[in-house]
Amino acid sequence: MIPKVLDMSDSDQTNIIQLEHVDKFFGAFQALKNISLSVKKGERIVVCGPSGSGKSTLIRCINRLEEHDNGKIVVNGHELTSAVKDIDAVRSEVGMVFQSFNLFPHLTIIKNLMLAPRLVRKASKSEAYDTAMRYLERVKIPEQADKYPSQLSGGQQQRVAIARALCMNPLIMLFDEPTSALDPEMISEVLDVMIDLAREGMTMIVVSHEMGFARKVADLVVFMDQGEIVESNPPEEFFDNPRNERTKLFLSQILSH
Amino acid sequence: MSFDFALIVDSIPKILTGIGLTFQLLFLSAVLGLALAIILLLMRISGRWYLVAPTMVYIYIFRGTPILVQIFIIYYGLPQLEFVRDSIFWPILREAFGCAIVALTLNTGAYVSEILRGGVLGVDRGLKEAGAALGLSARHRFIYVTAPIAIRLCLPAYSNDVISLMKSTALASTITLLDMMGIARTIVAETYAPYEIFISVMVVYLILTWIIQRGFGWMEKRMSRHVRSEA
Repeated sequence: MIPKVLDMSDSDQTNIIQLEHVDKFFGAFQALKNISLSVKKGERIVVCGPSGSGKSTLIRCINRLEEHDNGKIVVNGHELTSAVKDIDAVRSEVGMVFQSFNLFPHLTIIKNLMLAPRLVRKASKSEAYDTAMRYLERVKIPEQADKYPSQLSGGQQQRVAIARALCMNPLIMLFDEPTSALDPEMISEVLDVMIDLAREGMTMIVVSHEMGFARKVADLVVFMDQGEIVESNPPEEFFDNPRNERTKLFLSQILSH
Repeated sequence: MSFDFALIVDSIPKILTGIGLTFQLLFLSAVLGLALAIILLLMRISGRWYLVAPTMVYIYIFRGTPILVQIFIIYYGLPQLEFVRDSIFWPILREAFGCAIVALTLNTGAYVSEILRGGVLGVDRGLKEAGAALGLSARHRFIYVTAPIAIRLCLPAYSNDVISLMKSTALASTITLLDMMGIARTIVAETYAPYEIFISVMVVYLILTWIIQRGFGWMEKRMSRHVRSEA
């Protein structure tokens, strides 16, 4: 079986992700301002906000694709610092799905899925293959296994990207605007996969403007603006009774059509 | 003036006796140059100034000066230095052939490392991030993600460099080597018919260029199968 960095079985109350007073600068521009957020095992969090509000930066800090400047980030018991030696090990427990899919274009679908389990988990070829086929079936495209990414539609590519992350058996899944680059008719096939995943109890942080999705699966909706968390509440509260003026404005803009 | 076709027909077989040496110069310096280029590339992208700085100086010197000057310095200049004559490299640098290989390798290595760097920089950042997010180590990301994509990106520019290297081998004739160009010059000295002889040698080089182009064209096609969409 695939080993875990830390056994979480008896620690449902522990925060699997903990951010405390996190700041992030790009040059003089402050992308994150004093962000604190904690995520428990099995929690689903949807982060929304206008573009440039820092929501992508926030989740990219969680697997250290961006390095935060101040504050503290603890993922699955490991504090992320510049000294963290096993950042690769932390990352292998945190799945990530990107807006632009980022499938490896030179590898077939099945090889995209097998690469990291083979190299990082040292899985045997047949183990990695079986796992990959199982997840391809879960995202309902096993028949595409031997094609190259460029031969698939955007929706199919994003489902492959989700399957690729799941093959590492991650504890947490991060989604960075997973449906923003998709044609409208392909959005629901990706959201369906994500809803399934949420139902199975996966811990998820999703940056998205899909408010229907947020209402359906989120435990907490976090609204960000100008690098700050402006408001965070359970979805009923968040949508029906927004408190902050900026939240109200954002919701009126995004829900008015 | 008269144009002696018979002389062309006559001289091409003679010129072709030098093709073996031309091939040796081309293949040896291409292979060694590629190895050197990869080392230079890794130093250049290491992000450590003490590796980056010497690499940049090296590339600047070898790209910034004529290859003919480099050949002359290595062939005529280095043997003047006693420590070179005493060094383990002397058996190589003593021979004109060794000097030509060294000069061509050092020169093409500088160019090719820049071509490879262009390829590496051209790889979409998102793909490297995807590799990182999956927990792949930096080394694995380079070997399994960056390098294979970069190779496809720089193949057209690299084929250009191989052709230009093939033409540069003709300069070896200036330091006594009897490659195709060396033989052509000998025949010209005997026949006083530069026009016919140099046109003959030109034709042979053109055919070699055509072969190299076709070879790389075939490789590009093979390696970009994944881009052709059936969907």
